[in-house]
Amino acid sequence: MSPDPGSARGNPSHERAEPLLGIEDLSVSFRTDRGTVRAVHGVSLAVSAGETLAIVGESGSGKSVTALSILGLLGDAGSVDSGRIVFDGRDLLALDDDAIRDIRGDRIAMIFQEPMSSLNPVLTVGKQVAEPIRLHRRVPWREAYARATELLERVRIPDAAHRLGDYPHHFSGGMRQRVMIAMALACQPRLIIADEPTTALDVTVQAQILALLKELTREADSALILITHDLGVVARYADRVAVMYAGRIVETAPAGTLYAAPAHPYTEGLMASIPGVDGAIGARLPTIEGQPPDLAGLPPGCPFAPRCQHALDTCRTVPPPLERVGDRHFRACYRDG
Amino acid sequence: MAEPIPAAAADDSLLRVEGLKVHFPVTEGVVVQKRVGSVKAVDGVSFALRRGETFGLVGESGCGKSTTALAVLRMLEPTAGRVVFEGQDLTRLGRAQMRPFRRRMQMVYQDPFGSLNPRMKVRDIVGEPLVVHGLATDRSAYRARVDGLMDLVGLLPDMADRYPHEFSGGQRQRIGIARALALEPSLLICDEPVSALDVSIQAQVVNLLMDLQERLGLTYLFIAHDLSVVRHISDRIGVMYLGRIVEIASRDALFAEPRHPYTQALLAAVPLPDPAREAARPHELIAGEVPSVRNPPAGCGFHPRCPEAMERCRERRPELARRSRSVVACHLYDADGGGG
Repeated sequence: MSPDPGSARGNPSHERAEPLLGIEDLSVSFRTDRGTVRAVHGVSLAVSAGETLAIVGESGSGKSVTALSILGLLGDAGSVDSGRIVFDGRDLLALDDDAIRDIRGDRIAMIFQEPMSSLNPVLTVGKQVAEPIRLHRRVPWREAYARATELLERVRIPDAAHRLGDYPHHFSGGMRQRVMIAMALACQPRLIIADEPTTALDVTVQAQILALLKELTREADSALILITHDLGVVARYADRVAVMYAGRIVETAPAGTLYAAPAHPYTEGLMASIPGVDGAIGARLPTIEGQPPDLAGLPPGCPFAPRCQHALDTCRTVPPPLERVGDRHFRACYRDG
Repeated sequence: MAEPIPAAAADDSLLRVEGLKVHFPVTEGVVVQKRVGSVKAVDGVSFALRRGETFGLVGESGCGKSTTALAVLRMLEPTAGRVVFEGQDLTRLGRAQMRPFRRRMQMVYQDPFGSLNPRMKVRDIVGEPLVVHGLATDRSAYRARVDGLMDLVGLLPDMADRYPHEFSGGQRQRIGIARALALEPSLLICDEPVSALDVSIQAQVVNLLMDLQERLGLTYLFIAHDLSVVRHISDRIGVMYLGRIVEIASRDALFAEPRHPYTQALLAAVPLPDPAREAARPHELIAGEVPSVRNPPAGCGFHPRCPEAMERCRERRPELARRSRSVVACHLYDADGGGG
């Protein structure tokens, strides 16, 4: 066993003047057979170099769509209605496809949930890791392969040099996710977006992969956006957290603050509904009543109001704005206190 | 070898699984298939469920927990061992003799989307077991029974005339539970019943299962990989690795004092939803991955990843034996002797 270098312990908070990535008032819609559905609604976020920001939410919260819009990967059905995504001083939404492609995989990399379906099954792993290096760095294959070997060693794939010629199906799920991380790191990106990177993996392997990801991003002083539904993962690895519900950020705070003093009723409910380590035998869990929101039929006002015990009349008419309630702590709620 | 079978007095156990093995043949050849080996998915599993308790079975993918469940229900034929349910060894029964016992043990599945027929109305899904077992003779009694089941799981009887796609994941899982309860089983085998659900909905379903257990006196075999849910709902927990049980203990003993190195590694790997506690606890990570069941290591299946592995772990497989508050299969405790 080795100590986990990836834990958030002892990590200084990152406060710098200029964030690496700033999302301002982003709204995204999708055309569906039930009409146009707004998946992201007025989202503003910032992440700085060296910082790990977790975006937490349940299905339909808009956490993955937010990430995909950063990379211009919304596909044909989705479109950005408004907002700006400023990365390193440039608005990504104003760039053409070629310019975005130059940034994607180079300055910003993404790691997806399913390592099997994100790797090309008919190309060797060596080629897939070397390709982005050759493409973005314009080096010959030989050099790209040498760098690929180094990368596979860095993500601790045993016997890396001899595994370049293997295909993805020769690797286990955990090893494939290591390959994905190697690919993401290939061009030393400033920002890594990991969307549920370990959900498909066993818990002991999940811990290895997240620790590795955290360690490598910290070494390179990159920023990490970790998209997850797992509040345990957030507690161990995130510096700051944004909680999303039905396309909106309902609360954002440093991780310690969010768990110690959640200020939005949804966050409170979420925290309370996780089976705790102190639960009495036979005790019932506090629940959030009702069903997850249906994006095609959202009420006016706060989207959480139908499930909220504290909902007021105003909550059902005008959505509450995100307002500061403490140090780097914001929430969108009208409730007092 | 001390006390091989986890102690549960024979009289109060609803289900006793003894030395259960499920081996799948591995064959070679296209025209003439030759058996060249076997995959030992479950390889000598023993545990017992007391009436009214919840027994959690945890482990990572490929550990054999779901295969164990299927063999208990005889949806898979065990290669060896006994499954004693309500005093009867099920492995000796023929198809027809099995039938009354099938009613008494039902399963709740993981995927609330894939396990409900999309072309059937919810009323027919919930009532189907009654029809199959010839219990739906009187039309109005049948209707009333389905309405009652809907109500039991917290759904409105009016909803019974809708189709599965009109329901959310949590509601679909309630439908699956209503169907499982239609035949008034004594044992419910829940295979990852909440892992496909959103966090806010998981708690609703966990509470429902606990309420139903109290009201109906059900016994649960609860299979899951999420340790926090298992901890919440279980009275006792069995930990599986590579087709074997490595430790069984009461929920409090297992979490307070895990004995098997794999149990310890599993608990350490799961992050706690509390940054303050996370910062205070050591994160000792275990190396490596679960080996393939097709080619398991000799001796103790866990020895290649075990930080405590000794010479004998590579040679001899440890048997389950009682060590103070736990039943554990590990050579580390050989010197402790039995009893305790």
